[in-house]
Amino acid sequence: MIPAAFDYVRASSLTQAIDLLRNDPDGTKLLAGGHTLLPSLKLRLASPALLVDIGDLAELKGIEISETGIRIGALTTHAELFASLPLNEQLPLFRQAAGLIADPQVRNRGTIGGSLANADPAADWPAVMLALQAEIEIAGTSGFRTILARDFFVDIFSTVLEADEILARINIPRPTAGTRFVYRKIRHPASGFAVVGIAIALRLSQNLVSEATIGVTGAANHAFVGEDAADFLIGKTLSRENIDQAARLLSEATECLSDRYASADYRANLIQVELKRALLALTP
Amino acid sequence: MSTREERHTVTFEINGARKTVAAEARRLLVHLIREDLGLTGTHVGCDTSQCGACTVEIDGLAVKSCTVLAVSAEGASITTIEGLTPGTDLDPIQAAFHEHHALQCGFCTPGMVMSVRQLLKDQPAPSEHDIRRGLAGNICRCTGYHNIVRAVESLASKGEQS
Ligand SMILES: Cc1cc2nc3c(=O)[nH]c(=O)nc-3n(C[C@H](O)[C@H](O)[C@H](O)COP(=O)(O)OP(=O)(O)OC[C@H]3O[C@@H](n4cnc5c(N)ncnc54)[C@H](O)[C@@H]3O)c2cc1C
Ligand code: FES
Ligand code: FES
Repeated sequence: MIPAAFDYVRASSLTQAIDLLRNDPDGTKLLAGGHTLLPSLKLRLASPALLVDIGDLAELKGIEISETGIRIGALTTHAELFASLPLNEQLPLFRQAAGLIADPQVRNRGTIGGSLANADPAADWPAVMLALQAEIEIAGTSGFRTILARDFFVDIFSTVLEADEILARINIPRPTAGTRFVYRKIRHPASGFAVVGIAIALRLSQNLVSEATIGVTGAANHAFVGEDAADFLIGKTLSRENIDQAARLLSEATECLSDRYASADYRANLIQVELKRALLALTP
Repeated sequence: MSTREERHTVTFEINGARKTVAAEARRLLVHLIREDLGLTGTHVGCDTSQCGACTVEIDGLAVKSCTVLAVSAEGASITTIEGLTPGTDLDPIQAAFHEHHALQCGFCTPGMVMSVRQLLKDQPAPSEHDIRRGLAGNICRCTGYHNIVRAVESLASKGEQS
């Protein structure tokens, strides 16, 4: 199918892109990798007046690794995150999660910034960002602001981004040495999106959990942090009973989505199953 | 006055030839390739970016050309199935598909071949699992994939582990 007609501007600066958004917040859409936006335009689920292509903006590109952490530009593609050796040396979670997103061609175009800004409740990166305690850097009319990923997602397809703001970068604090990571998902067999996906960052010292962060996607209106389950695990061993109890706490942490594909009860059950599998994968 | 139907000038390289064309902003790259440039080897099989029949290479990466705007191709270097060999020769991937009966109706084949190029670039000696994962973005309604996997296995470089 063919999208309805729109105007198109290839932005040459962040300021220009923000100005264009401000001129007509309702009628303007940013275009990053286009792998969510263009399918929805083709199906005429949206018909913006103007697309602002941000693909040339160097400020939104690149992966930088420093002593304190990792900065990822919003335009970094899933394939780049999969392939980056320096990144995956620090955080192999990127390769693991990126490899579970869509297919190779989609990964070559789709961007992490587009995925987070779009806030599909079943997208994969949101869970990973939560587990990594990422901070999101947002560009707007009056400069930059930052917000923790855990405060970024608001509802189905909804974030704290204002209509004239652009997700610029993601900052990830350098994890404590010895932290281990896992991302697991139950894929929707047709779309490949997560029916439930769970990302965990976990550190053990002398067999006791000393740090744990859990991010969940797919299950609810938006990705969320499993705080109670993680708190419960601190100071405990990864015994069968402790894992079971954490899984129960996690599935009680949210009101699950219910749709044609999976009922709320089924999703709540998948949360338990996936958390158990994820924790077992991290058990030495 | 609406400028939405205005045509934008786009310049890119396709199969080694430089082209400048005019396209509406909403024009999808695949339609430009097929209808304006007459390169009909690139197919359209779905409306949902899932089938991979439209796969071409942009700047060396396999992408679904139904999900790229023609205007975004400014400055790009594109290869379509027609660009693999001059004339009617088969390139090694096409020859392997022929040899292993990796096609029936052939509708998915150009996209498959373009994805196999990417797959073998990333993993010169892929396992069967790697091949199936690498072709996850291409749907074939005829072959059951089995002979496609065999064709790709026959191309895997020996002795080199990815
Ligand atoms: C066949 C298929 C399968 C897929 N499977 C999966 C999957 O398994 N898991 C998964 O997580 N995703 C999946 N996706 C989605 C894919 O990962 C998208 O690429 C991604 O969600 C959006 O990124 P994009 O760069 O393509 O964004 P675009 O489509 O360009 O934009 C998406 C939305 O975000 C806005 N936006 C984009 N960038 C910014 C920014 N920097 N700041 C503010 N707003 C911005 C746009 O205006 C638009 O509203 C799939 C997509 C397809 C087509
Ligand atoms: S036509 Fe492009 S993915 Fe189906
Ligand atoms: S050979 Fe017919 S769709 Fe693949």
